[in-house]
Amino acid sequence: MKKATWIRTVVLVGAVGALEIACRTGAIPATMIIAPSAMVVAVVKLLQSDDIGAHIEQTLSAVAIAMSLAIVFGFVIGFILNWVPFLRRAFSPFLAAYYAIPHFAFYPLLIVIFGLGSTPLIVLATVFAMVAMILATMAGLDRVPRVLLKTARIHRLSLLDEIWRVRLPAAAPHLLSGLKLAVAYSFIGVIAGEFILSTSGIGHEIAYSYDNFDNPRMYALILFVLTIVTTFNMAVYAYERRLMRRRGA
Amino acid sequence: MIAEARLAAVDAPGSVGASHKIHARLDGVTRVYPPRAGHGEVHALGPISFELRAGEFFSVVGPSGCGKSTLLDVLAGLAVPSAGTVEFEGKRVLGEVPDGVGVVFQEDASFPWLTVEDNVAFGLRRSGVDPAEIKRRVDFAIGFMALGDFRRAYPSQLSGGMRQRVCIARTLVLQPRLILLDEPFGALDQQTRLLMGDELLRLWRETSATVLLITHALDEANLLSDRIGVMSARPGRFIDIVETGWPRERDSRLAEGPDFGAVTARLWSFLRAESLRAMGQGSKQGSAPR
Repeated sequence: MKKATWIRTVVLVGAVGALEIACRTGAIPATMIIAPSAMVVAVVKLLQSDDIGAHIEQTLSAVAIAMSLAIVFGFVIGFILNWVPFLRRAFSPFLAAYYAIPHFAFYPLLIVIFGLGSTPLIVLATVFAMVAMILATMAGLDRVPRVLLKTARIHRLSLLDEIWRVRLPAAAPHLLSGLKLAVAYSFIGVIAGEFILSTSGIGHEIAYSYDNFDNPRMYALILFVLTIVTTFNMAVYAYERRLMRRRGA
Repeated sequence: MIAEARLAAVDAPGSVGASHKIHARLDGVTRVYPPRAGHGEVHALGPISFELRAGEFFSVVGPSGCGKSTLLDVLAGLAVPSAGTVEFEGKRVLGEVPDGVGVVFQEDASFPWLTVEDNVAFGLRRSGVDPAEIKRRVDFAIGFMALGDFRRAYPSQLSGGMRQRVCIARTLVLQPRLILLDEPFGALDQQTRLLMGDELLRLWRETSATVLLITHALDEANLLSDRIGVMSARPGRFIDIVETGWPRERDSRLAEGPDFGAVTARLWSFLRAESLRAMGQGSKQGSAPR
């Protein structure tokens, strides 16, 4: 195991162990945080209960749709802005200021426009996540070495072939970074939206458990979300590592 | 004496002996870059006229920023001349790379996401060549460039010289009739340059292709070439074309001979004044846009 992995493992195990001891000895009251082992037990119980399936399904499907839309539209818009300089010049200031906007303040407006249900959540999460993908796509395409584009011309590639076989592979590391951010922002958008106003979904269940002092269920849901997001990101990260190792990074 | 005899055989710039078949021709070519933010119009090249003989090894030397790479881009069809015409095998080159032209650049142009084998086969796989023929040509090019032990390696696992060999092999498999080399060894150390030069000569002899090499290194140009075009400071024009007269069978040991120094000295005598002029230009205006 590498030194960095050792350090990471020791820090993680140490923090979880310290929390476990603090909770078990009563240094931290159960009304504040429950012990990590109790969280794991609560997750198992949660997943065995009948009522949680629909909430998980709703949240994950909303995240999946928002994520897909953010990645596809983010890539397409990023590509167009990279390709058409005057559009880029026109929109760059908006993109630069985008994450300074409190997106969640618009959630009530989205409910007025789209009604109750998943749609406003999906729209909120999509617009929240999409710009990360737009910026990553533009950064990736900006950094395609000119010599590779000349090489494409020497090989007389069609425009589509040039994009598919040269520009996109060359930009892939940036695109993957954008994808990772889009995944994270989609989860944040959907769950935070559910937390504020929704009547169902994991975010709503966390808020509901919090309001009812049901700490085991609340922490079980938090741990569940963390596990899903981390697993997804780790999978993308592993693929990215493999890709970058080939490229000598 | 031998050197003198050879130097006396130098053609006037642009002139070509009647017995030589012309492979490519530039006629009154200029390249002017339009004004850009903070810079006025830049006249980078020409007017320049010269003919590339079929099967010759022609090098171009000149001061920095004199338009050598622009000349190569125009000849390759990567850039459109502002005036004048370019012909390859009797056909006009009009902003598109003609079939039969291969280019190797100074920068590493290997695709980092492809193995050596896939890099070398890249162009062939796009050109509808039969898979068995692709394999035969790729195997040959990889063997020729001594990359056999690295065919499944990625460029990041190779040295700079090996990556450049991958790019040459990728050009070689397309069986170009005209190979344009834009300072392909510029980033390599001196020993590797000499060895790569030998490999390039071997490639030239075995393929019978016409080669045009852009280089800063006078010794390299001298060693490798049948003729060497010396360019002026910007806007680049040929101020001399030196015919070396070296035998076709040659390698880097040629540099040990007494005639070698005479040719290099002649090149330098032209280039010194132009380099000083270019330095003066550079301090006033900066170099031409690429």
